[in-house]
Amino acid sequence: MSIATSKIRLSPKVRLRFDRRTGYDMLLYPETGLELNKTAMEIARLCTGEWTIDEIARHLALIYVGVPPEEIKRQVHDFLDALAGHGLLQDLP
Amino acid sequence: MNHEHRPYTLIAELTYRCPLRCPYCSNPLDYAEQADEIDTATWLRVFHEAEELGVVQLNLTGGEPLLREDLELLVEGASKIELYTNLITSGIPLTFERLARLRALGLNSVQVSIQSTRPSVSDRIAGSPSFNRKLEAMRWVTSLELPLTMNVVLHRDNISEIEDIIALAERVSADRLELANAQYLGWALKNRAALLPTRDQIERARTAAADARARLRGTMEVLFVTPDYYAAYPKSCMEGWGRRFIVVNPEGLALPCHLAHTIPGLCFDKVTQRGLADIWHHSMGFNRFRGDGWLPDPCRTCDRRATDFGGCRCQAFHVTGDAGATDPACSLAPDHDYIESVRTQTSLTAEMPILFEYRTDRGSSPR
Repeated sequence: MSIATSKIRLSPKVRLRFDRRTGYDMLLYPETGLELNKTAMEIARLCTGEWTIDEIARHLALIYVGVPPEEIKRQVHDFLDALAGHGLLQDLP
Repeated sequence: MNHEHRPYTLIAELTYRCPLRCPYCSNPLDYAEQADEIDTATWLRVFHEAEELGVVQLNLTGGEPLLREDLELLVEGASKIELYTNLITSGIPLTFERLARLRALGLNSVQVSIQSTRPSVSDRIAGSPSFNRKLEAMRWVTSLELPLTMNVVLHRDNISEIEDIIALAERVSADRLELANAQYLGWALKNRAALLPTRDQIERARTAAADARARLRGTMEVLFVTPDYYAAYPKSCMEGWGRRFIVVNPEGLALPCHLAHTIPGLCFDKVTQRGLADIWHHSMGFNRFRGDGWLPDPCRTCDRRATDFGGCRCQAFHVTGDAGATDPACSLAPDHDYIESVRTQTSLTAEMPILFEYRTDRGSSPR
């Protein structure tokens, strides 16, 4: 899939599970998972199939006032690209 | 809670019974003598206690977990407390209806192991006609839209099929392909002379796996674990002793790894006699190799000590007789010359006919 243009949705094999020990979500998939930090959790929660990468970055820019938008976009891209690399994003029509 | 020692995964070995008889089986050698399996209620309690400790992943394995008639109840119970539940199976004995039921009850993913891409070889290694049924089971998994991991334990007799294995994984639309070189403990250690590939074989397989990983990025994950005997440094066994994993075996023994109780002098507890949290935090067995206070030389001052934690304790014991020694698989270990001599021997005997000692089929009939 092209994460540059598609609307982004987590693959059905992924489950976000709130972790009461860290206060953030864990991203679980077969036999393993990722501990998300606050930013990663905010990005992952926006991967609902409604938003493109640019829209997700714009949304985060509203929260992280003062961080350059290019830097936010780069971080969103790197995180989503890593998820795509593990097959954790779904292709949408 | 000390985050350094938080378990993420509970490996629930539901039974040692299995319809297959693979010569590299990781179950203990004396499994057939162990008849008593813990019951449904105990497992459900263990799942709860594990979840409270921080566990988020549950691997239902064995032996063959499908031989447990209460598997449905266990999957349902795990799902209620939001564990990500993986069924690790040979695919036998399974029906489409049972798999659909398990999915409906909350099963999250399935791992099916095959022994070879050649039906006759697969059946010979498994010690039972099973290959076609495994293929069918994998098709059921994907048709139910469950994530599929195809697992192949690599050894001298099947490692040259690497391209065919990758092609088969693509054909069955696996989400993950686990190319797991046999770990030379338990049955595999007994059969090591027949199983250990040569360095050439390993290198070719590693290259093929890396090519496939790049080509299939985003579609199928390709995992390749180099066997210790050919690695420069030991694997980070269980990601550190008593750090991320809890194994509970069929009779209820809680362990840092599935063979930890084969190390003499360590004391482990049963979940029927002591709470899981108490075992995890306070038991002698789980604490014996935690942290770095126990580390021998040269690990004690090694930069990699937080990466590989001194390697595998079982391997250290089985090779050197001392479970507290540096894993001899490490090129820096005092006993590494043993590993080198095994490698040399392997290159010399590579063309010899292969004879396995099978697990017996005692204890493997459904109850």
